[in-house]
Amino acid sequence: MALVTDTPQRRDGRRARGSAARNRARNGGPRIGSHIFLLMLVIYFVTPLWWLTVASTKDTAGLFGGSGGPLWFDDGFHFFSNPQGLFERQDGIYWRWLGNSFLYAISGGVGATVLAVLAGYGFAKYNFRGRGAFFGILLGAVMVPLTALVIPTFVLLSSVGLVNTIWAVILPSLLSPFGVYLMRVFAQEAVPDELLDAARIDGAGEIRTFFQIALPLLRPAIVTVLLLSVVGTWNNFFLPLAVLSDPLLLPVTVGLNGWQALSNAGSGGEALWNLITTGAFISIIPLIIAFLSLQKYWQGGLSLGSLK
Amino acid sequence: MATTTAPTSSHPAEATNQVKHRPDRNYRRKQRWGWLFVAPFALIFLTFLILPLVYAFRMSLFTSTLATGNKFVGGDNYIKAFSDPIFLQGLGTVAKFALIMIPAQMLVALVAALVLDNLATWASKFSRLMIFIPYAVPVVIGALMWGFLYSPRFGPASSIFGIFGLTAPDFLAQDNIFGSLVNIVTWQWAGYYMIIIYAALRGIDPGIYEAAVLDGASDRQIALRIKVPMISSSLVMVVIFALIGTLQFFTEPQVLRGVAQGAIPVSYTPNMYAFTLAFSYSQFNYASAISFALGIVVFVFSFIFLFLTRKQSGLK
Repeated sequence: MALVTDTPQRRDGRRARGSAARNRARNGGPRIGSHIFLLMLVIYFVTPLWWLTVASTKDTAGLFGGSGGPLWFDDGFHFFSNPQGLFERQDGIYWRWLGNSFLYAISGGVGATVLAVLAGYGFAKYNFRGRGAFFGILLGAVMVPLTALVIPTFVLLSSVGLVNTIWAVILPSLLSPFGVYLMRVFAQEAVPDELLDAARIDGAGEIRTFFQIALPLLRPAIVTVLLLSVVGTWNNFFLPLAVLSDPLLLPVTVGLNGWQALSNAGSGGEALWNLITTGAFISIIPLIIAFLSLQKYWQGGLSLGSLK
Repeated sequence: MATTTAPTSSHPAEATNQVKHRPDRNYRRKQRWGWLFVAPFALIFLTFLILPLVYAFRMSLFTSTLATGNKFVGGDNYIKAFSDPIFLQGLGTVAKFALIMIPAQMLVALVAALVLDNLATWASKFSRLMIFIPYAVPVVIGALMWGFLYSPRFGPASSIFGIFGLTAPDFLAQDNIFGSLVNIVTWQWAGYYMIIIYAALRGIDPGIYEAAVLDGASDRQIALRIKVPMISSSLVMVVIFALIGTLQFFTEPQVLRGVAQGAIPVSYTPNMYAFTLAFSYSQFNYASAISFALGIVVFVFSFIFLFLTRKQSGLK
């Protein structure tokens, strides 16, 4: 990290006046150029979500040629009738998909986080035989593309009869080498050995030391790893697509993709477009809420990986 | 594998070497506890990473036909893969994506992070969140959404281009699909990378900037000659993530395939090819070889990149 030596040492008197002006700007000037640039970025990043919000209030006819155009509301407002359509379509299978997504994301995410906290703490605070070798393999594993594992995982799970069960999604989601790496880096920095030794001298066992001393100190990293692994599982498409075929077990992403394929096949009358947009809109709300409400934890946590 | 070593087998000699000031029994106790903490993860690691890898490798060495059953063929599947024009074309596609998409994402993320780092207004805080928000959108939903936005039937493109008196291009046509996919991925991930870079920038001691300003450095000079070099290890990490993600490109083209009729073949990327081989043609052995070959390519490229940037990344 320490690359201070790269600091330019040249003195450039010519710039003195310009930099004085810039200093004024730094101390509260409007910096119009920067703000215009940010505004453009925000428009780019938000427009698709705005489109989705508006689209979720339209019926199929409104989606194709509504009075307000694609980026504005239609005359007909179907914000409440669309979710009702979701309840009616195939006995409300959409809500089942949403529930499945929650089940997979929460059990996979929480499980992966628990394993990562335990392992990261173990790697950081105990010097055991094989630690270096195992951690080296783990670092290599961070670079293994996880989708390369999907097909062999499918074959393995099918040989033990777990394909097309919820375990086929949950169990592989428990694997998070990057989470362990983050947790180790963080535990090394945030949990001082002296504190642990003091607790041991006071007679606390290893488990009590872990729960009462280490765990509270690890909280920001835990939230970060939890969010990353929940998002990872919620996002996972390849794995459930490969290991699940029962429509009742699908997560919402795979389910909506199936509806889209159905609608594109254009087999007359299967116009699910308004249900797809509404379903997509509803499905992104939980994660956005999670990120907004937990931002003070994860924003710092995300930089952990780059600590040395 | 070292993971199978019994937790209690410690060498006293090593113990005295490593932790001189601690009694032997204490060391042995710590050994056992270390393994106990790591064991649950190690179990999952073995079952869902090492085992599938070994299994995939083993499967890739066989062929399976109805007539002959399982037959050992050694490296034949790999020779077949690396002379299979469809696989090579897929590799070429993801390489092209890596060369264009990663710089595009990095540029957006880095410039946004640098601008945000220079401002400390409510507007910048708000912008930061808005730029990040697409990361919270599942990739499938993001791709579905852009599929609608690109669509000449649903999308706003024609009206937006109409304002300037232009005709919107067909984003889903074969010639444009590459750029359309680059745009989706950039939209989805640039904000996430921006946050990582931004967090690294906030970690720099501001005292360094004061010295640079006294030396007459402009904002741009501070950004390019101080900030960027100081966060190079984060940048390297972000590029590695992007590289791993890009080479295993699957979800976006798979989802967009439906709306972009005919523009994206089932073998567009190596992962899509492996998926098709396995689940449409039941060629699990060849699909494993493709997956494994892709894994090796990703690993080698990541390693080469880490080697080339070893100075910047702080790794040796």
